[in-house]
Amino acid sequence: MIKIDHLVKHFGDKKAVNDISFTVEEGEIVGFLGPNGAGKSTTMNMLTGYLSSTSGKAEIDGIDIFESPMEAKKKIGFLPEQPPLYLDMTVQEYLDFVYDLKGCKLNRKKHIAEICDVVKITNVYKRMIKNLSKGYKQRVGIAQALIGNPKVIIFDEPTIGLDPKQIIEIRNLIRTLGKNHTVILSTHILPEAQAVCDRIIIINEGKVVANEKRENLSNLIQGNRRFEVQICGPQKEVLSELKSMQGINYVEYLGGADMDSHSFMIESQPGVDIRKTLFYLLARNNWPLINVQAMGATLEDIFISLVDKKPEQEKSKRSKKTQGGN
Amino acid sequence: MLAIFKRELRSYFSTSIGYIFVGIFLALNGAIFSYCTLQQFENSNVSLYFTLMIFAFVVILPLITMKLFSEERKLKTEQLLLTSPVSLWSMVFAKFLAAYTIFASTFLVGSCNFVVLYEYGQPSTAIIFGNIISILLVGAAFIAVGVFVSALTENQLIAAFGTMAILFLMLLLGIVGSYINFTPLRVLVNWLSIFTRFFPFTYGEFSFSAIVYYASIAFVFLFLTVRVFEKRRWE
Repeated sequence: MIKIDHLVKHFGDKKAVNDISFTVEEGEIVGFLGPNGAGKSTTMNMLTGYLSSTSGKAEIDGIDIFESPMEAKKKIGFLPEQPPLYLDMTVQEYLDFVYDLKGCKLNRKKHIAEICDVVKITNVYKRMIKNLSKGYKQRVGIAQALIGNPKVIIFDEPTIGLDPKQIIEIRNLIRTLGKNHTVILSTHILPEAQAVCDRIIIINEGKVVANEKRENLSNLIQGNRRFEVQICGPQKEVLSELKSMQGINYVEYLGGADMDSHSFMIESQPGVDIRKTLFYLLARNNWPLINVQAMGATLEDIFISLVDKKPEQEKSKRSKKTQGGN
Repeated sequence: MLAIFKRELRSYFSTSIGYIFVGIFLALNGAIFSYCTLQQFENSNVSLYFTLMIFAFVVILPLITMKLFSEERKLKTEQLLLTSPVSLWSMVFAKFLAAYTIFASTFLVGSCNFVVLYEYGQPSTAIIFGNIISILLVGAAFIAVGVFVSALTENQLIAAFGTMAILFLMLLLGIVGSYINFTPLRVLVNWLSIFTRFFPFTYGEFSFSAIVYYASIAFVFLFLTVRVFEKRRWE
């Protein structure tokens, strides 16, 4: 449905987007993640025809946005970071305006009523936009993106500035929309992508550093396996024995859980299942095991690992080149 | 295009700016009309009225052009327009047309004053109609300048004063021209002058070249506005 091919955007000397490529299949909800200034909004803006590219292609449903912008734009609904709302209009007037602006051919009354129902703004339909709460304004912004029933919906930071209740409501709404539309969601809030998206594309310094199904992302970081274990026994001796175990990568004391038990975080080497070895070690020492809990890598871990790793890799590549040159 | 035109037209009267413009325009129009015609008795000078109105436009017209694009940019609503299936030309022309509609309809309402002259004398209908047509064309050129300047900034005040400055310079060309000794330059300045083109209408002559000239100025500034958006998209 969406195909981005070697897209580049320069702002003067700065490379905001540096040769990124990815595809999004029909019906997918894809999270576009990255720190502030990573190039997310620039990519979104190019994808919607708001900005042109320095080089590369972006296709929506097989139509090149730069060659046939009119045709491509008909297939896109876009909610920018700040909802593009005319505050001097009522919700009804605004949605009517967007309907006309997009040259929509569907039954006006029915179509707008359906959208209002989906985004739950029917109760504020006659109210002035300037008098609405931020959450409702965001919903009206989403409603305008849905007008014309576009195949692709692009949200740029859709929950920014909302309170926790509103965030949950908007996320649920996006999940609902994902059933009938292809959705790209740009965000720097990691749990948001985790909660809503099927696939996550991580971008940093204008480059794609990861493009994986949500559940596969944790495999990207070293294949580590971490456990939190709670053991009854003398803290120092337990820690020393754990560190001496075969296949252990790292051990950290997390604190005393109660009077005579202590919690540790242990991390095994890649491909090693530490659990049996751990059991025999504790049995040999007569230290009861109270609790074992697998600690999957969080999206935060993955994100920081990927975002930090790339510049380091580049640095090491550069230094190798320099050494080679010498 | 029609959607943007309708929205823009409506927005003038959903805020106070439309009422302020119409009020100031009609008040100034009435005062200038009264001064140039009714109070001059047998020396009534219709052409002076139109000439003074052009100077009044320098101050009044920026009121309806200053917000056209600068407000959209400030409120980020231009993103909606620029990502919708509407061409840049349609968007710019729709905005221009909305401002022009307000201006032309207010001016035509103000022109009803001429009915009074027929009560007390025998004014030249040809001169009046010729002037009205030329004023409507000068207005189109001035509004196009305002549209262009409002696309350059997100600050409405800068857009208004910028437009005033350019319009004032355009009017000054006619005055400056007569002081230039270097003939080719004088000819060029007079050729570019809004006033030089306007004079035939004040004698009741219909100047086709003046119509083309004013339409060309409007076209050039609308074209430059489109180029501003294209440049921002590419830079």
